[in-house]
Amino acid sequence: MADNRWGLWSAIAFVLIAAAIGGMIPPYDTGLLTQMLIYGIFAMSLDVLHGYTGMPSLGHAAYFGLAAYVAAICSLKLGWGFEAAGAAGIAASALAAALFHLLALRTAHSYYLMITLAFSQVLWSLAVSWTDVTGGDNGLPGVLRPQIGSWSFGSTIAYFYFALAVFVVSAAMLYVFVTSPFGYALRGIRDNEMRMRALGYHVWAYKYLASIVSAAFAGVAGELYMYLNNFVSPSALSVTVSAQVLMMILVGAAGTLFGPVLGAGVFVILQYVLSTYTDRWLFVIGVIYVLLALYAPQGALIYLRDRLKARQRRSAG
Amino acid sequence: MKPLEIRALSRNFGGVRAIADVSLALDSGERRAIIGTNGAGKTTLFNVVNGQIPPSSGEIFLFGENVTRMPLHRRATLGLARTFQITSLFRNLAVIDNMIIAVQALTTAHFVFWRRLAHYREVLGRAEALLEKWRLTEFRHEIVRNLSYGTQRQLEIVMALAGNPKLLLLDEPMAGLSAAETHLATDIILNLDRGITVLLIEHDLAAAFKIADRITAMDQGRIVAEGTPEEIRQEASLQKIYARGGVRHE
Repeated sequence: MADNRWGLWSAIAFVLIAAAIGGMIPPYDTGLLTQMLIYGIFAMSLDVLHGYTGMPSLGHAAYFGLAAYVAAICSLKLGWGFEAAGAAGIAASALAAALFHLLALRTAHSYYLMITLAFSQVLWSLAVSWTDVTGGDNGLPGVLRPQIGSWSFGSTIAYFYFALAVFVVSAAMLYVFVTSPFGYALRGIRDNEMRMRALGYHVWAYKYLASIVSAAFAGVAGELYMYLNNFVSPSALSVTVSAQVLMMILVGAAGTLFGPVLGAGVFVILQYVLSTYTDRWLFVIGVIYVLLALYAPQGALIYLRDRLKARQRRSAG
Repeated sequence: MKPLEIRALSRNFGGVRAIADVSLALDSGERRAIIGTNGAGKTTLFNVVNGQIPPSSGEIFLFGENVTRMPLHRRATLGLARTFQITSLFRNLAVIDNMIIAVQALTTAHFVFWRRLAHYREVLGRAEALLEKWRLTEFRHEIVRNLSYGTQRQLEIVMALAGNPKLLLLDEPMAGLSAAETHLATDIILNLDRGITVLLIEHDLAAAFKIADRITAMDQGRIVAEGTPEEIRQEASLQKIYARGGVRHE
């Protein structure tokens, strides 16, 4: 069976270690750890689409940013509480995917990549130009972190544990999703759509639901990111964000739910380390991206694991 | 009720008539072979019956139901299954996962996303049982792209059987197989439950004559002869066609 025990155990280890050290390390590092969790959810959401269903998206920031904007607008302009604003943001992303994919599912492969890019650029330009609602280039500052009943998640540490809880729930839900009969059907669609049809699968319906689920979890990540920074701006919808999440999957191995989580962790560390040396850190990440695509398209972590296994075999034999 | 009935079916590709005015009816439990040279329209006929491409004109009935405009995944739910001439499997998945996907397709589990597959004992059990029955158990954890060609062809047939089809279309099941593998594949087809109606395309005439109750010969998109293997053997016009086109003997 396709369950990846290796990935599952490393994900559990990651969560336990994060939970243990999250409160002990300096606040800045706790913030980085929170970012890893958020990008982890984001990367898993894209993996459902790209890794499991074979639909490569270069516009996943659309759902990330849209949920963040809708939640921010609901709480700042309409005065909604966290629960309602949060739910509205996720619903907006799911709905956007549901409408967009009525059109987008007519395309596949690189054409799908292009149309998702176009879609996210439309939302980006809307965020820049609809100044009255979105604040234009200035974005929407001043969104307070969640307050649920008497529990406040305003401090860095409290918010970290909040994000950790959301991460665990999201990861568990997505794990069930990809190991369900539905998830197996998605793998089949990725490998051979025509055979799936001949077997009796209504392929369109599977792709449609997968894209909505993927968008909803991208929205969860986008909102967490917005609350972390108390702020959302058009950059949350930018193609840079879409490319970054694609790179996390490439680092961590597409089609293994938890590989991309590790990819997200590596990415955050890389970004942190590189940006202390140079302002051109995006350029360096771009070079790494190209090298990965050429030499380890199955994922850098898988590549390293296989090299390690090969070495063990050599020394054993 | 006929498992399959085709009435005056045609399909054009631009100016080319790939199949022209083909009518055909299969009896329940019948084994029918379609023979003909390359380009005779055999695979196009399968693709139209299966629903992969729409016909230009004519009608198709499955178990008495007009399916001419029915999408192909719904034809599968009526009990139609097929294999492909060019092996069409889930190449990057393990053999057992290929079987699971094929088995669950027509069960109530197929759209469930809130419960892990591991809970569906009957799906897993049937996938294992099919591998066991067709002697593929030893390969269960192999990734399909690493299997030998012969084993892939075998899996191609077994996957089509997973949904308990009532009508099975086999597109050149022996293509590219060695003599021993052809023998094994012939055995598999001969041992199929007689409740399954089989329509197969076959280039290997010896295998076709061995398996089929009746044979339909096609040439240039048309049916040129139909009869028992004995009658077809006698048919002089066919010998001319094969002499002209040259039949491949794999």
